[in-house]
Amino acid sequence: MATTVLGEQQVHAAHGEKTGLWSWLTTVDHKRIGILYGATAFFFFLLGGLEALLIRIQLARPDNTFLDPDTYNQLFTMHGTSMIFLAIMPLSAMFFNYMIPLLIGARDVAFPRLNAFSYWVFLLGGLFLNVSFLFGAAPDQGWYGYANLTSRQYSPGPNVDFWNLGLQILGIASLAAGVNFFVTVINLRARGMTMMRMPMFVWMSFITQILILLAFPVITVALILLMFDRFFGTHFFIPAGGGDPLLWQHLFWIFGHPEVYILILPAFGIISEILPVFSRKPLFGYAAMVFSGAFIAFLGFGVWSHHMFTTGMGPIADTFFSLSTMLIAIPTGVKIFNWMGTMWGGSLQYKTPMYFAVAFIAMFIIGGLSGVMHASPTADLQQNDTYFIVAHFHYVLFGGSIFALTAGAYYWWPKMFGRMLDEGLGKVHFWLMFVGFNLTFFPMHIVGLNGMPRRTYTYPAELGLDLLNQIETVGAFILTAAFTVFLWNIFKTSRKPRNAPADPWNGATLEWAITSPPPEWNFSEEPVVHGRDPLWEAKRQRGGPLPEPSPGTGAGIHIPNPSYWPLVSAIGVTAIFVAIMLSPKLGAIPVVVAVALTFFGLYNWLFEKGYSEFSTPGGGGH
Amino acid sequence: MSDSAHTLATSTGLDSRKLAIWTFIGSECLFFASLISNYLVQKPRSLVGPFAHEAWTDPASGQVFEPIIEIPLVTVGTALLLFSSLFIVLALNGAQRGNRKQLLGWLGATLACGIFFVGMQVYEFNHFVHKGLTLQQNLFGASFYVLTGFHGTHVTIGVIWLLTMFVLALRRQLPPERAVNLEIAALYWHFVDVVWIIIFPVVYLIK
Amino acid sequence: MFFRNAAARRLVGLVPWLCLLALAVAGCSPERYPQTALLPLSDFARIGDDVQDQTFYWAVGVFVLVEGALLYAIFRFRGRPDDPQPKQVHGNTTVEIIWTVIPALILAAIAVPTVKGIFETNANPGPDALRIEVIGHQWWWEFRYPEAGVVTANELVIPVGRTVELIQHSADVVHSFWPPRFAGKRDVFPGRETRLWFKADSAGLYPGQCAEFCGIQHARMAFHVRAESQDEFAGWLARMQTLGAPGAAKAAAGPDSLRTASAGARLQQQGAAADSAQAPGDPLYAQGEQLFKTKGCLGCHALQAKGAPTGLIGPNLANVGSRAYIAAGWLKNTDANLEQWIQNPQALKKGVLMPNLGVTAEEAKALRAYLRAHN
Repeated sequence: MATTVLGEQQVHAAHGEKTGLWSWLTTVDHKRIGILYGATAFFFFLLGGLEALLIRIQLARPDNTFLDPDTYNQLFTMHGTSMIFLAIMPLSAMFFNYMIPLLIGARDVAFPRLNAFSYWVFLLGGLFLNVSFLFGAAPDQGWYGYANLTSRQYSPGPNVDFWNLGLQILGIASLAAGVNFFVTVINLRARGMTMMRMPMFVWMSFITQILILLAFPVITVALILLMFDRFFGTHFFIPAGGGDPLLWQHLFWIFGHPEVYILILPAFGIISEILPVFSRKPLFGYAAMVFSGAFIAFLGFGVWSHHMFTTGMGPIADTFFSLSTMLIAIPTGVKIFNWMGTMWGGSLQYKTPMYFAVAFIAMFIIGGLSGVMHASPTADLQQNDTYFIVAHFHYVLFGGSIFALTAGAYYWWPKMFGRMLDEGLGKVHFWLMFVGFNLTFFPMHIVGLNGMPRRTYTYPAELGLDLLNQIETVGAFILTAAFTVFLWNIFKTSRKPRNAPADPWNGATLEWAITSPPPEWNFSEEPVVHGRDPLWEAKRQRGGPLPEPSPGTGAGIHIPNPSYWPLVSAIGVTAIFVAIMLSPKLGAIPVVVAVALTFFGLYNWLFEKGYSEFSTPGGGGH
Repeated sequence: MSDSAHTLATSTGLDSRKLAIWTFIGSECLFFASLISNYLVQKPRSLVGPFAHEAWTDPASGQVFEPIIEIPLVTVGTALLLFSSLFIVLALNGAQRGNRKQLLGWLGATLACGIFFVGMQVYEFNHFVHKGLTLQQNLFGASFYVLTGFHGTHVTIGVIWLLTMFVLALRRQLPPERAVNLEIAALYWHFVDVVWIIIFPVVYLIK
Repeated sequence: MFFRNAAARRLVGLVPWLCLLALAVAGCSPERYPQTALLPLSDFARIGDDVQDQTFYWAVGVFVLVEGALLYAIFRFRGRPDDPQPKQVHGNTTVEIIWTVIPALILAAIAVPTVKGIFETNANPGPDALRIEVIGHQWWWEFRYPEAGVVTANELVIPVGRTVELIQHSADVVHSFWPPRFAGKRDVFPGRETRLWFKADSAGLYPGQCAEFCGIQHARMAFHVRAESQDEFAGWLARMQTLGAPGAAKAAAGPDSLRTASAGARLQQQGAAADSAQAPGDPLYAQGEQLFKTKGCLGCHALQAKGAPTGLIGPNLANVGSRAYIAAGWLKNTDANLEQWIQNPQALKKGVLMPNLGVTAEEAKALRAYLRAHN
């Protein structure tokens, strides 16, 4: 192939240390893109947290007037939307980006520029969603946007459009990343790393990509249909024209339930990396962990209607979706027991990541058990759409995903930034978060079962719900304090010298074999893998710790060139949706211009010098 | 065509770009499955005509609307689209063997089929709107236009893609060692054809 | 230091759990919560409650065992950095099979009552059930008694000891009807009918509310279920039928034999409604009647319980004077509240479809007097 000899000069020139805004705008390095994902997602996470705090202040007292109802409805909608699409998913994507290539011993992802494109589209999609606040028109229909409240008749403003088009933009980012990481995991593993030797985080991430690839097209279609209803006068979900709002619920949850596993499987993976290292013992039941993860994902497509028991689907459908939901508890239980099996008989080292990882197990058990409780439709008729459900999914997504992502942050921070986060502050962070979390969300079980529905901007005093709501609000402030400590820790750490060792935790996987942070080319020599815990094996063979690696010079190693065409293309793609948004006023011309811009970006991308085999004229192959 | 840093030694030996397009196609299957399901759900929920296969008299005006679906033209389009799948295989064969005439000829034929198909659809949409079936008229119309429209968009993107390949071939930039680029485009083209093989009976034949 | 002591550390670790436990005990007693789902008052609600109890006990058992084992492991296998490497175990097929099978058995135990409950709650309530239409509106509830031809709003009156079947649909967006003491939720759709049935076992006034987000005032789309003895209910229904032709309210407003010791009387005991039901001869009443016409109230509200026009966007007011709450089940029906509501509904319930009509305080008094007489 002509590919091999391309762009050597640019490659070598590129090896110097790169700084400055331009280098970030044009980067195609998976590690830098990972950091961009992380920083952006963490910003949106803090924004979503702020929204939650305002919600909690409003609910601290009955009949409170701190927020007016439309502001409240915007805040809870944006809290849910942000936490799912702009915080947890991209925080996972940060680890996909930074860690998957390192864990499988690769120099980058399969398509570095596509990776940059995914990030830029994600960033622009997130901004698109949040810009709505500036117009006082943030989405206000709930993150799940049930029809027909979302029709023009009942939601005349641009709020729903921001949400609809914003999610379509974000879907493009997720799908592009999904293809990229799917191919990366299949094709770029180091020699000797068979599928059944992959680190568990890679496995769970891989399954997550499959879920993204299969679930996002469904929500995309639902959003497109809604877009046609709102912009072009169709009646897909409008009863007056024969449409059925219930169809939206089916389409949404066919996506929505796999989405839950998209949010939690990467967390499972992170925990499965951390527990063995800090138990000094390999992961218990590796194969069972892989298959239970795959089984959860598979079942995830057959349980969507358990979100719809209250719609009255009839006994057959109720029974099917109830039993399939209960079935998911089995592989989930297997995972929990295997994690405990990993700890059992180990020599547990209580560093900060381990605190968060163990708390993850404890909290996730609670979320799992309440999940089984509403797998019974008759019980769910009471629980559905109450704070009991809010409690349940926060135990899964906060007690689960966020605890795991935080564990991952403390675990991989030295690898990503070359500096160890402060252990003392880390433990303060942990205890504040653990107590604050339980104080905020545990009482929600009780208020939910005792008659507090979700998505209500207030509640009357006579329902007796005020005391527990106050406690929840106190918990929310403790959580705020917890993340303030985390921010302080990050700030403090950033001022320390960059002196983290390559392998601070006695790690088992390949990323700990290279310097912290790794050189741009990751591995000076392509690693060869002989087992599941390659680094432990290397240390065993050597009879002690490995010497500090040197980054090497990277001479002769092909690294993809920086490129701004992914950014241009991403701007083009986002512009298409902005133009659709404005089309009722400005007509179709802006859409055409935006499509042209996208094609302009894509063509320049495809024929970019230093990348494309077509950039050398004359058909060099002869 | 791609970020080819890794196309040489992959774990599976498969070209990453080829794997990527297969992955993308897998995802697209769900996209079209959702659109087709939507069509099947929505079509019978139409409150008013015109309908696909029956005439309809507007009770208000007494105006009679003919059945919308007309098989002959779309059958020609379908046949050409199907043939184009064969043509692109022949074009790819030409590309792989370095037979430029074969490559250009069959790629040109493929393009002609694709362009005819898109043209047919534009004509058909116009014609149907003329017969009273608009996007807003009823759910049959809405789901028909959205389903076939998105398919048509895919064909259009395929035509642009193949046109790019055609220009590259003209400029002698598609030698055998780069034939994989055409192969990837061909995979996409086949997929678009296969989707039509499902849409055609669902929309046009089943009453 | 105190915390260096391992046992003390353990205790400190338990503090959040103990807090939670205390909280759970303190907060859990459902009697404190009038809208609780944990004290069922009907056959239907009891089916769900039984299933919930069973799963809850299993869940608590699993919780105690698994979290207990986890806590044990946390402390028992605590290591130091210089400890020798622990035994490297990769798995154990027997153990793994056991902990796959045991949860499966527990789930099977939960599945049996679950499926039984599904079929019981989906059963047909039979021909003897009292059929009531429930219509969800942004943001209030309409109740129709088709056999008696009676319409009312926001206060669902039902007989104790007789199964009622609710036949539900929505006039606008998706809502969900949730009377927690009597039944779980059932969503209310436009263009689609859903059903719910239950047989209440005790009389009283119980709150419920919409449980599906339905727009800006979803939080204030509440209602009450007033369960009455069958005699009281029959009396109420018969009286409602007399609130038919326009002007009938006048006739019915005076002391009348049909009015049993039900609605209004109990209300006054509760002190919720004021004792201001003016007689029709009262000048305030006449002024209110006039204002009700000139201010355009009739465009959205009907005053007849029987033979009222359909499709109005505001609640039926035929017996508004005796309802315990106004503005869809959350604002106590006192004179002051009613007057304030008439004057400035947008301040009390922002976004409600009732506009501020420029009613003065004096006019509000008259309208209140007029409405109070509709009871």
